[in-house]
Amino acid sequence: MTITQIIFYLLSAIILGAAILSVTTRKIFRSAIWLLLSLVGIAGLYFWLAVEFIAAVQIVVYVGGIVVLIIFSIFLTQQSGLEMKKAPPKRTIASLLAVASGFALTYNLIYHYGFKTGDGKFDMELDRIGTQMLNTGKDGFALPFEVVSILLLAAMIGCIVIATKTKPETT
Amino acid sequence: MNGIPIEHILFVSTALFFIGMYGLFTRRNMITMLMAIELILNSVNINFVVFNKYLYPDKLDGIFFTIFIITIAAAEAAVAIAIIINLYRSHQSIDVEDAAEMKY
Repeated sequence: MTITQIIFYLLSAIILGAAILSVTTRKIFRSAIWLLLSLVGIAGLYFWLAVEFIAAVQIVVYVGGIVVLIIFSIFLTQQSGLEMKKAPPKRTIASLLAVASGFALTYNLIYHYGFKTGDGKFDMELDRIGTQMLNTGKDGFALPFEVVSILLLAAMIGCIVIATKTKPETT
Repeated sequence: MNGIPIEHILFVSTALFFIGMYGLFTRRNMITMLMAIELILNSVNINFVVFNKYLYPDKLDGIFFTIFIITIAAAEAAVAIAIIINLYRSHQSIDVEDAAEMKY
Protein backbone atom coordinates (compact mmCIF):
# COMPACT_ATOMS: atom_id res chain seq x y z
CA MET A 1 0.00 0.00 0.00
CA THR A 2 1.53 3.25 -1.08
CA ILE A 3 1.35 6.56 0.75
CA THR A 4 -1.21 7.88 -1.78
CA GLN A 5 -3.62 5.08 -0.97
CA ILE A 6 -3.13 5.52 2.77
CA ILE A 7 -3.94 9.22 2.45
CA PHE A 8 -7.07 8.43 0.45
CA TYR A 9 -8.41 5.96 3.01
CA LEU A 10 -7.58 8.34 5.85
CA LEU A 11 -9.45 11.18 4.14
CA SER A 12 -12.43 8.92 3.45
CA ALA A 13 -12.56 7.83 7.08
CA ILE A 14 -12.49 11.47 8.21
CA ILE A 15 -15.23 12.48 5.75
CA LEU A 16 -17.59 9.61 6.55
CA GLY A 17 -16.98 9.61 10.31
CA ALA A 18 -17.54 13.34 10.60
CA ALA A 19 -20.65 13.12 8.42
CA ILE A 20 -22.13 10.31 10.55
CA LEU A 21 -21.44 12.25 13.74
CA SER A 22 -22.91 15.35 12.16
CA VAL A 23 -26.26 13.71 11.50
CA THR A 24 -26.43 11.77 14.77
CA THR A 25 -25.13 14.07 17.49
CA ARG A 26 -27.85 15.74 19.52
CA LYS A 27 -26.21 19.06 20.21
CA ILE A 28 -26.79 21.30 17.23
CA PHE A 29 -23.56 23.29 17.55
CA ARG A 30 -21.46 20.13 17.58
CA SER A 31 -23.37 18.99 14.54
CA ALA A 32 -22.25 22.16 12.73
CA ILE A 33 -18.64 21.62 13.76
CA TRP A 34 -18.68 18.01 12.53
CA LEU A 35 -20.13 19.24 9.26
CA LEU A 36 -17.21 21.67 9.05
CA LEU A 37 -14.73 18.82 9.54
CA SER A 38 -16.47 16.76 6.88
CA LEU A 39 -16.35 19.63 4.38
CA VAL A 40 -12.66 20.21 5.09
CA GLY A 41 -12.11 16.50 4.48
CA ILE A 42 -13.88 16.79 1.13
CA ALA A 43 -11.61 19.72 0.24
CA GLY A 44 -8.68 17.46 1.11
CA LEU A 45 -10.12 14.80 -1.19
CA TYR A 46 -10.19 17.37 -4.00
CA PHE A 47 -6.55 18.20 -3.30
CA TRP A 48 -5.80 14.47 -3.41
CA LEU A 49 -7.52 14.29 -6.80
CA ALA A 50 -5.30 17.18 -7.98
CA VAL A 51 -8.20 19.53 -8.71
CA GLU A 52 -6.79 22.39 -6.68
CA PHE A 53 -9.18 25.01 -8.02
CA ILE A 54 -12.26 23.12 -6.85
CA ALA A 55 -10.59 22.49 -3.50
CA ALA A 56 -9.97 26.22 -3.08
CA VAL A 57 -13.56 27.03 -4.06
CA GLN A 58 -14.79 24.38 -1.62
CA ILE A 59 -12.84 25.90 1.25
CA VAL A 60 -13.79 29.48 0.42
CA VAL A 61 -17.49 28.93 -0.24
CA TYR A 62 -18.45 26.03 2.01
CA VAL A 63 -16.10 26.29 4.95
CA GLY A 64 -15.79 30.05 4.89
CA GLY A 65 -19.31 30.91 3.85
CA ILE A 66 -22.03 28.36 4.39
CA VAL A 67 -20.85 26.87 7.69
CA VAL A 68 -20.31 30.32 9.16
CA LEU A 69 -23.82 31.26 8.01
CA ILE A 70 -25.23 28.11 9.64
CA ILE A 71 -23.41 28.81 12.91
CA PHE A 72 -24.72 32.37 12.90
CA SER A 73 -28.25 31.16 12.41
CA ILE A 74 -27.83 28.64 15.23
CA PHE A 75 -26.80 31.43 17.55
CA LEU A 76 -29.70 33.58 16.39
CA THR A 77 -32.38 30.96 16.75
CA GLN A 78 -31.68 28.77 19.74
CA GLN A 79 -29.58 27.88 22.73
CA SER A 80 -26.71 25.88 21.32
CA GLY A 81 -26.07 23.97 24.53
CA LEU A 82 -29.51 22.41 24.57
CA GLU A 83 -29.91 18.85 23.42
CA MET A 84 -32.34 18.21 20.60
CA LYS A 85 -35.17 15.78 21.02
CA LYS A 86 -34.38 12.23 20.12
CA ALA A 87 -36.15 10.90 17.05
CA PRO A 88 -38.74 8.25 17.90
CA PRO A 89 -37.24 4.75 17.52
CA LYS A 90 -39.80 3.79 14.89
CA ARG A 91 -38.62 6.59 12.62
CA THR A 92 -34.96 5.82 13.29
CA ILE A 93 -35.36 2.16 12.41
CA ALA A 94 -37.41 2.93 9.30
CA SER A 95 -34.86 5.46 8.05
CA LEU A 96 -31.97 3.15 8.80
CA LEU A 97 -33.64 0.40 6.80
CA ALA A 98 -34.45 2.71 3.90
CA VAL A 99 -30.95 4.17 3.83
CA ALA A 100 -29.19 0.81 4.14
CA SER A 101 -31.22 -0.81 1.39
CA GLY A 102 -30.80 2.23 -0.86
CA PHE A 103 -27.05 2.21 -0.28
CA ALA A 104 -26.78 -1.53 -0.93
CA LEU A 105 -28.77 -1.28 -4.17
CA THR A 106 -26.87 1.76 -5.47
CA TYR A 107 -23.43 0.51 -4.60
CA ASN A 108 -24.21 -2.90 -6.05
CA LEU A 109 -25.09 -1.21 -9.34
CA ILE A 110 -21.95 0.93 -9.27
CA TYR A 111 -19.68 -1.94 -8.37
CA HIS A 112 -20.83 -4.17 -11.20
CA TYR A 113 -21.11 -1.48 -13.85
CA GLY A 114 -17.50 -1.71 -15.02
CA PHE A 115 -16.39 1.85 -15.71
CA LYS A 116 -14.02 2.29 -18.61
CA THR A 117 -11.26 4.61 -17.51
CA GLY A 118 -10.40 7.21 -20.14
CA ASP A 119 -6.80 7.48 -21.19
CA GLY A 120 -6.05 11.15 -21.63
CA LYS A 121 -3.94 13.41 -19.55
CA PHE A 122 -6.01 15.35 -17.07
CA ASP A 123 -4.87 18.93 -17.11
CA MET A 124 -6.89 21.48 -15.28
CA GLU A 125 -5.16 24.70 -16.11
CA LEU A 126 -6.87 27.75 -14.74
CA ASP A 127 -6.68 29.64 -18.03
CA ARG A 128 -8.44 26.72 -19.72
CA ILE A 129 -11.26 26.93 -17.18
CA GLY A 130 -11.53 30.69 -17.62
CA THR A 131 -11.53 30.55 -21.41
CA GLN A 132 -14.17 27.85 -21.51
CA MET A 133 -16.29 29.52 -18.85
CA LEU A 134 -16.67 32.73 -20.84
CA ASN A 135 -16.74 31.19 -24.29
CA THR A 136 -19.92 31.79 -26.27
CA GLY A 137 -19.16 29.19 -28.94
CA LYS A 138 -19.35 25.42 -28.80
CA ASP A 139 -18.55 23.91 -25.37
CA GLY A 140 -18.74 27.35 -23.84
CA PHE A 141 -20.45 28.10 -20.55
CA ALA A 142 -21.19 31.81 -21.02
CA LEU A 143 -24.98 31.43 -20.85
CA PRO A 144 -25.07 29.36 -17.62
CA PHE A 145 -22.57 31.81 -16.14
CA GLU A 146 -24.93 34.70 -16.81
CA VAL A 147 -27.95 32.77 -15.57
CA VAL A 148 -26.13 31.96 -12.34
CA SER A 149 -25.19 35.58 -11.86
CA ILE A 150 -28.85 36.57 -12.21
CA LEU A 151 -29.77 33.78 -9.74
CA LEU A 152 -27.27 35.08 -7.20
CA LEU A 153 -28.65 38.60 -7.56
CA ALA A 154 -32.19 37.32 -7.11
CA ALA A 155 -31.17 35.26 -4.05
CA MET A 156 -29.45 38.27 -2.50
CA ILE A 157 -32.48 40.55 -2.96
CA GLY A 158 -34.78 37.77 -1.82
CA CYS A 159 -32.81 37.24 1.40
CA ILE A 160 -32.95 40.92 2.21
CA VAL A 161 -36.70 41.07 1.53
CA ILE A 162 -37.46 37.93 3.55
CA ALA A 163 -35.28 38.67 6.54
CA THR A 164 -36.09 42.36 6.95
CA LYS A 165 -38.10 43.01 10.06
CA THR A 166 -41.50 44.36 9.08
CA LYS A 167 -42.45 47.46 11.01
CA PRO A 168 -45.73 47.27 12.93
CA GLU A 169 -48.47 49.22 11.18
CA THR A 170 -48.95 52.62 12.80
CA THR A 171 -52.25 53.76 11.41
CA MET B 1 -4.65 6.32 -11.61
CA ASN B 2 -3.26 7.06 -8.14
CA GLY B 3 -3.61 3.37 -7.34
CA ILE B 4 -7.22 3.76 -6.24
CA PRO B 5 -9.97 2.28 -8.43
CA ILE B 6 -12.90 4.56 -9.19
CA GLU B 7 -15.28 2.30 -7.28
CA HIS B 8 -13.63 3.16 -3.96
CA ILE B 9 -14.13 6.88 -4.46
CA LEU B 10 -17.70 6.26 -5.57
CA PHE B 11 -18.17 4.26 -2.36
CA VAL B 12 -17.30 7.38 -0.37
CA SER B 13 -19.67 9.59 -2.33
CA THR B 14 -22.53 7.06 -2.20
CA ALA B 15 -22.09 6.59 1.54
CA LEU B 16 -22.03 10.36 2.03
CA PHE B 17 -25.24 10.71 0.03
CA PHE B 18 -27.06 8.14 2.13
CA ILE B 19 -25.72 9.57 5.39
CA GLY B 20 -27.25 12.86 4.28
CA MET B 21 -30.51 11.07 3.49
CA TYR B 22 -30.50 9.53 6.98
CA GLY B 23 -30.07 12.98 8.52
CA LEU B 24 -32.89 14.34 6.39
CA PHE B 25 -35.20 11.50 7.46
CA THR B 26 -34.52 11.57 11.20
CA ARG B 27 -33.99 15.23 11.99
CA ARG B 28 -36.87 17.58 12.59
CA ASN B 29 -34.85 20.74 13.15
CA MET B 30 -34.64 22.90 10.05
CA ILE B 31 -30.98 23.89 10.44
CA THR B 32 -29.84 20.29 10.81
CA MET B 33 -31.94 19.32 7.81
CA LEU B 34 -30.14 22.05 5.87
CA MET B 35 -26.81 20.53 6.97
CA ALA B 36 -27.95 17.14 5.65
CA ILE B 37 -28.77 18.75 2.31
CA GLU B 38 -25.27 20.23 2.20
CA LEU B 39 -23.82 16.75 2.70
CA ILE B 40 -25.92 15.41 -0.20
CA LEU B 41 -24.81 18.23 -2.50
CA ASN B 42 -21.19 17.60 -1.60
CA SER B 43 -21.47 13.93 -2.46
CA VAL B 44 -22.82 14.90 -5.88
CA ASN B 45 -19.87 17.27 -6.34
CA ILE B 46 -17.40 14.48 -5.57
CA ASN B 47 -19.15 12.32 -8.16
CA PHE B 48 -18.87 14.96 -10.87
CA VAL B 49 -15.20 15.62 -10.22
CA VAL B 50 -14.30 11.93 -10.10
CA PHE B 51 -16.18 11.06 -13.28
CA ASN B 52 -14.53 13.99 -15.02
CA LYS B 53 -11.08 12.99 -13.90
CA TYR B 54 -11.28 9.22 -14.38
CA LEU B 55 -13.58 8.74 -17.37
CA TYR B 56 -13.19 11.87 -19.52
CA PRO B 57 -9.83 13.40 -18.59
CA ASP B 58 -9.62 15.53 -21.73
CA LYS B 59 -12.81 17.46 -20.96
CA LEU B 60 -13.71 19.90 -18.19
CA ASP B 61 -17.50 19.61 -18.03
CA GLY B 62 -17.62 17.95 -14.62
CA ILE B 63 -15.52 20.74 -13.15
CA PHE B 64 -17.96 23.32 -14.50
CA PHE B 65 -20.96 21.45 -13.13
CA THR B 66 -19.26 21.35 -9.74
CA ILE B 67 -18.61 25.07 -9.79
CA PHE B 68 -22.22 25.81 -10.69
CA ILE B 69 -23.55 23.41 -8.04
CA ILE B 70 -21.41 25.08 -5.36
CA THR B 71 -22.72 28.50 -6.43
CA ILE B 72 -26.34 27.41 -6.37
CA ALA B 73 -25.84 25.65 -3.02
CA ALA B 74 -24.54 28.88 -1.53
CA ALA B 75 -27.56 30.82 -2.81
CA GLU B 76 -29.90 28.10 -1.55
CA ALA B 77 -28.36 28.08 1.92
CA ALA B 78 -28.61 31.85 2.18
CA VAL B 79 -32.29 31.91 1.20
CA ALA B 80 -33.10 28.95 3.46
CA ILE B 81 -31.48 30.61 6.46
CA ALA B 82 -33.37 33.84 5.78
CA ILE B 83 -36.62 31.87 5.75
CA ILE B 84 -35.65 29.98 8.93
CA ILE B 85 -34.87 33.18 10.81
CA ASN B 86 -38.12 34.74 9.69
CA LEU B 87 -40.02 31.62 10.76
CA TYR B 88 -38.31 31.71 14.15
CA ARG B 89 -39.51 35.27 14.62
CA SER B 90 -43.12 34.36 14.04
CA HIS B 91 -43.26 30.87 15.62
CA GLN B 92 -40.41 30.94 18.22
CA SER B 93 -39.37 27.53 16.94
CA ILE B 94 -37.56 26.05 13.95
CA ASP B 95 -39.05 22.59 14.21
CA VAL B 96 -40.78 21.52 11.01
CA GLU B 97 -43.63 20.01 13.00
CA ASP B 98 -44.50 23.44 14.35
CA ALA B 99 -44.83 25.04 10.94
CA ALA B 100 -47.90 23.22 9.70
CA GLU B 101 -50.32 26.04 8.90
CA MET B 102 -50.04 25.63 5.15
CA LYS B 103 -50.11 21.86 5.26
CA TYR B 104 -53.83 21.29 4.71
